[in-house]
Amino acid sequence: MASSGSAIQGVSRRASTTLGAWRSDGAARWLFIWPTVLVILFLSLFPLLASLALSISTLSFHKGGVDLKLVGFANYQQLLFGLERSHFLGVLKTPNPVGWAIVGGTAALVAWAWIRAVRRGEVGPFGLALRLIGGILGVGFVYVLVQALASDGGRPGSLIVTLIFVIAGIALQYGLGLGLALLAVQRVPWRRFFRIVFLIPLTITPVGVGYMFLMMTDTSKGPLEPLWVALGLRNFTWVTDPWLARAAVIVGDTWQWTPFMFIVLLAALESLDQEVAEAATVDGAGRWQSFRHITWPALLPVTTTIVLIRLIEGFKIIDMPNILLGGGPGTATQSMTLQAWIDWNTLNLGRSAAVAYLLLVLVTVVATVYVSFVRRRVTELA
Amino acid sequence: MSRLRTIAPAIGMVLALSGCASATPTPSPAASTAATPAATTAPAASAASPEASATTAPSQAAAACTDSGKFKGANVNILTFNGPQIAEPLQRRAPDWECLTGGHVNVVAVGFQTIYDKALLDASTGTNAFDAYVFDPQWLGDFVGPGYLLDLTDRVQNDPQLQWNDIGPFFRDFNATYNGKVYTIPLDGDFHMVYFRKDLLDKDGVKPPATWDDYISIAQKYQGQDLNGDGQPDYGSCIAKKKGAQSYWWIISVAAGLLQGKGTNDGAFFDTSNMNPLFGQNEAMTKALQLYKQTVQYGPPDELNMDVGGTRGLFTTGRCALTMDWGDIGTLTPGTYAQDKTGATVTPGWKQVLDRSSGKLVPCDATTCPDAVDGVNYAPFASFGGWSGAINAAAPKDNQDAVYDFLSYMSSPPISGVDVTLGKTGYNPYRASQFQNLQPWLDAGLSKDAATNYLGAIQATLQNKNMVLDMRIPLTKRYEQDVLDTALAQYLAGELDEAGTEQAIADGWNQITDEAGKDKQLAAYVASLGVQR
Repeated sequence: MASSGSAIQGVSRRASTTLGAWRSDGAARWLFIWPTVLVILFLSLFPLLASLALSISTLSFHKGGVDLKLVGFANYQQLLFGLERSHFLGVLKTPNPVGWAIVGGTAALVAWAWIRAVRRGEVGPFGLALRLIGGILGVGFVYVLVQALASDGGRPGSLIVTLIFVIAGIALQYGLGLGLALLAVQRVPWRRFFRIVFLIPLTITPVGVGYMFLMMTDTSKGPLEPLWVALGLRNFTWVTDPWLARAAVIVGDTWQWTPFMFIVLLAALESLDQEVAEAATVDGAGRWQSFRHITWPALLPVTTTIVLIRLIEGFKIIDMPNILLGGGPGTATQSMTLQAWIDWNTLNLGRSAAVAYLLLVLVTVVATVYVSFVRRRVTELA
Repeated sequence: MSRLRTIAPAIGMVLALSGCASATPTPSPAASTAATPAATTAPAASAASPEASATTAPSQAAAACTDSGKFKGANVNILTFNGPQIAEPLQRRAPDWECLTGGHVNVVAVGFQTIYDKALLDASTGTNAFDAYVFDPQWLGDFVGPGYLLDLTDRVQNDPQLQWNDIGPFFRDFNATYNGKVYTIPLDGDFHMVYFRKDLLDKDGVKPPATWDDYISIAQKYQGQDLNGDGQPDYGSCIAKKKGAQSYWWIISVAAGLLQGKGTNDGAFFDTSNMNPLFGQNEAMTKALQLYKQTVQYGPPDELNMDVGGTRGLFTTGRCALTMDWGDIGTLTPGTYAQDKTGATVTPGWKQVLDRSSGKLVPCDATTCPDAVDGVNYAPFASFGGWSGAINAAAPKDNQDAVYDFLSYMSSPPISGVDVTLGKTGYNPYRASQFQNLQPWLDAGLSKDAATNYLGAIQATLQNKNMVLDMRIPLTKRYEQDVLDTALAQYLAGELDEAGTEQAIADGWNQITDEAGKDKQLAAYVASLGVQR
């Protein structure tokens, strides 16, 4: 009886404890988690849905409100197939031999990867179908790139210009950031001073950086005019050549964002276990071997993360091309965000939202592909 | 790893969307300048002493400030351009008006590119954060139709402070009036003129350019010469051609004389019978584009990336023989190398004009160009029109009264008569009294000859019966600042040839017209040209 009573008490106590814990967890969930989740959902989903609605509409004004008239995919049609295609995708011409070689090589690579996946049997039929569709879309996208960049008379539009800014910019920023981090981690005089100096560009607002580079690239009356004159480049200009103008944007963007790469890579380098490197040195490893086989693999995980962050951020580039060049010469430096902003400013909100949605798709696809393919392999290597 | 893969698209979505909401300030149209002195927010002493406006001393009005006033307790918000011009006189004069009336003015200044959407969204969404907008009268078409602006017709006619009839007829009818009703109070008068180095042309016996061919000849003559004695070669012509700035306005000035020959009502943008764009495939447009591109050869190497701030800086430092600008150059020259070396003239014309039925150019004669002078068809372009104050129809009545009084005060002859002589304000003359009294101009630093020449060029422009009105129909901003600006930038950069540029403009404009409704747009365009002058 006594044992029966204590068993009941034990069950009751456990039940009470469980109930208390449940009450406690439930209260915590409602009090601390759900409000946050709801706010995030609201802030994320509402703009997402509102932008979607805008992108399939045109806007007109009347007293006391605005009229949204549904136009289906007309805004997207304009951008991809209509009047705005030359601004968005670019002027697409038949590829030259180099272009065809790039398309052929990409198609062969995709086919080889798909056949290999079939032979290995690691992926189910649904996955194989998805990969096939993804591969075809990928080859199609490369074909569009080639039509704009490797053809006679082709010209990139804002989508491809944005990709150029992102890829070239991030590559430069990472290379320079890593180089500076490797220097700053050395025990050299003024080490702390240089660390702070290297960080300064990151603290300046992008608009300010844009105006600074606007002045510096001004060859007729800017602060560097005497330098241009001394170098015999008085009549040299950045702004009439599309690729020089894009280079100017990339240089400005790199100046601003290299410190981000630098500071994260510096932290990663300082957290490395020095004993491994010292042991390698004792075993006769040179500096390059030590970097190649010890430091670099250790940096790969953080590298993939910061590249992903910059990738996502880089797609939104607007300040530098807008302040520095207004998207010019012509449309040579017009990024997707700048194109959306120009539409927004003229209250062509439907097309602005359509550009924003296409940017969303691009960023999502690139980020997903990057995470799926690059990070997995990098992690394996590391 | 898998978690990262899961959240990456989500991060991408949020960041990508948030990126498209960001905005970046862009150089202004009529007021941006590198040569302008920094603006001050100090109260001005009085309308009669411009020098005091640059000091921080309390104004006489402020000294006489009392606690009572007809607008005591009223707190009004005005949206305008952050120049620093345009906002500067509003901010500087506000304390004086506050002392006189007891009201309070809060000037909210934003980048030029955002005024239009900010004002329109403020009114259309019922936010009504602003009681008044000091903006571009070109946008009246978008604001008046939905009833966002207060009808000021009766007020301006019965306001002794404003002295409505002192305002030039063109500005009363163009800047202020839409469909026969007054909606704005003009604070500024804007149109293009050509400025030239009078000292050089006089020395060489060269007449100011009468035609655009003359303009090219003069630019060619002085290109590469040292124009300011610094030992460096300078430029024949400086025109701001940056995309997203003012470039599209200059091409209108160049093309105007080829497109409009029979007076203001003829219109220079669309055929008034069918709304077909005149900025399309025709010989006039081809010729205008070719000449505009030719001026690049005689300009600074980075002219394609220069806004008016850049060209004004070059002209006032003596590095350009010619430039095209609003009235600002005249008031910016005092204290610079170009002081007393600058002449102004009506924008050059052409000896041919477009035959709209055939798309060909025909010689100017009494039929095709009835107002031509010596066979030259002048068509000075009232670009932008001039900054003007409009009142939000949904603002509280007390605020409407107070902000009307403030705008009337700003435009009143004693106040505006001084402000238009100061380069830092960005305001140009628009009242008869501002042409009659030379003293404020002399006080501002202009010599008598320079002031007479400058005001003479303005008056000659305003008296021209073939003056071209800027576009003022719904969606004007899209027609000009999106389609025209982009196509022109592509042409100057070599992305498009003449035919491609004309096609791009025509297609873009037709698309906007069709979207808004062709009949509605045509009616608005014809109405906008029906200005009594």
